[in-house]
Amino acid sequence: MSKIHVTTTINGDPVDYLCDAGESLLDVLRDRLGMTGSKEGCGTGDCGACSVTVDGRLVCSCLMLGAEAEGREIATIEGMADGETLHPLQRKFIEHAALQCGICTPGILVAAQSLLERNPDPTEEETRYWLAGNLCRCTGYDKIIRAVLDAAKEMREAP
Amino acid sequence: MQYHAPTSIDDALRLLAAKDGNCQILAGGTDLLVRLHSETGDDPESILDIKRIDELRAITPEAGGWRIGAAVSGAEMGEHAGLVADWPGVVEAMNLIGSTQIQGRATLAGNLCNASPAADSVPAMVAAGAMARIAGPEGARDIPVAEVPTAPGRTSLGKAEFITSIHLPARPEGGGDAYLRFIPRSEMDIAVVGCGVALTLDEAGICNAARVSLGAVGPVVMLVEAGAEALIGTAVDDAALDALASVCSDAASPIDDKRGTVAFRTHVAGVLARRAASIARTRAGGAS
Ligand SMILES: Cc1cc2nc3c(=O)[nH]c(=O)nc-3n(C[C@H](O)[C@H](O)[C@H](O)COP(=O)(O)OP(=O)(O)OC[C@H]3O[C@@H](n4cnc5c(N)ncnc54)[C@H](O)[C@@H]3O)c2cc1C
Repeated sequence: MSKIHVTTTINGDPVDYLCDAGESLLDVLRDRLGMTGSKEGCGTGDCGACSVTVDGRLVCSCLMLGAEAEGREIATIEGMADGETLHPLQRKFIEHAALQCGICTPGILVAAQSLLERNPDPTEEETRYWLAGNLCRCTGYDKIIRAVLDAAKEMREAP
Repeated sequence: MQYHAPTSIDDALRLLAAKDGNCQILAGGTDLLVRLHSETGDDPESILDIKRIDELRAITPEAGGWRIGAAVSGAEMGEHAGLVADWPGVVEAMNLIGSTQIQGRATLAGNLCNASPAADSVPAMVAAGAMARIAGPEGARDIPVAEVPTAPGRTSLGKAEFITSIHLPARPEGGGDAYLRFIPRSEMDIAVVGCGVALTLDEAGICNAARVSLGAVGPVVMLVEAGAEALIGTAVDDAALDALASVCSDAASPIDDKRGTVAFRTHVAGVLARRAASIARTRAGGAS
């Protein structure tokens, strides 16, 4: 079976790869490109651990084919920090201890960043609804929500 | 398996005809990819991605209403101020589907063609009188949305046909719509019962047209004619809402499953109809 050649942009860099027709973008990221930050929790769109953005839109990379990425702009957790400098969301997650095992964290960070891009000053309720598709089985969510709201505040106040 | 991403409806139709039925349309993929990954072993020979067809990606005004392309996501519908103003119930129903991530991909036509009895947008579209535009070898045809699903997981579409858009009619003067569903949690669950209501009030506040639909209480969405009769000619007051609730409970013919019993679903069908009708009445400009 011949593979599909895909040319796309990931975290601002041009990337090309070969994939099978039925292969998910998540499998391409992890198994072909070695970008293992995005996680597979469920593979059915319920847990959000594989969240990435495609042309600025938050999606589950397990529910998208690698072949669909042709010509699109993909952003993953690997593009979040600026070199050694963590994104405010990442820093606040550490400060608030908003993670334990860490499997859900990349997806939650990508989802939270996408929220703050649209709404720099979300309410707690808006934040909880926006992140309803990101499951965490360790923290009970409270610290996650506090970290996101605190990061939002810091980012709003940044000069 | 093969992946095709044609850029025109004609190319898509040619591909569908050539594949003779062993080709699945891919819109948002939020149902299809879950199925593909479920290892049932009955994967299609090809996947036809319709998202590269430009004309399927737009929401355009038409005949006073809106034409929504089959590749438009729920998130895009929620961001469209004109559509939200005219058909808030349809948009809310669509936006109830899944999470933010699912909204980034899921489509109205995908929700319809997946033909789940519990599909959230379908009762709202049926109440609104939406029409599906179907492209096929013999050209395009328009059919009421309610005629698309025929049984759980089945549609009336031919093998070489697909939906290119959904048309919502002009919102009538004095019109309002609403959709409500019951789920055991506040997010991320499948409807135990869903109810759509669209109604119109005259200048005196009397209902002169209504459509009431129920989801998840039968194998396919149902249009409850008796529900419309309970509302028309009334001020959609408590007596009318009581009558509506009672005919909707009577119309429901649900199954028992892990998400709800027959008795519960039957009761909730009436409760949701009453609540959805009062929201629709308020939106139509009536007393709230
Ligand atoms: C985590 C999660 C939560 C969900 N929650 C809900 C929910 O709350 N309520 C709900 O109703 N659904 C829910 N769903 C199901 C799903 O998201 C919806 O049914 C969605 O609207 C499907 O649209 P899609 O564009 O992703 O369809 P796809 O997966 O692309 O397609 C679905 C089916 O329809 C066919 N199809 C798609 N487009 C067309 C077309 N234009 N013409 C002909 N056939 C077509 C496909 O071949 C396939 O068989 C959920 C799914 C997930 C993964």
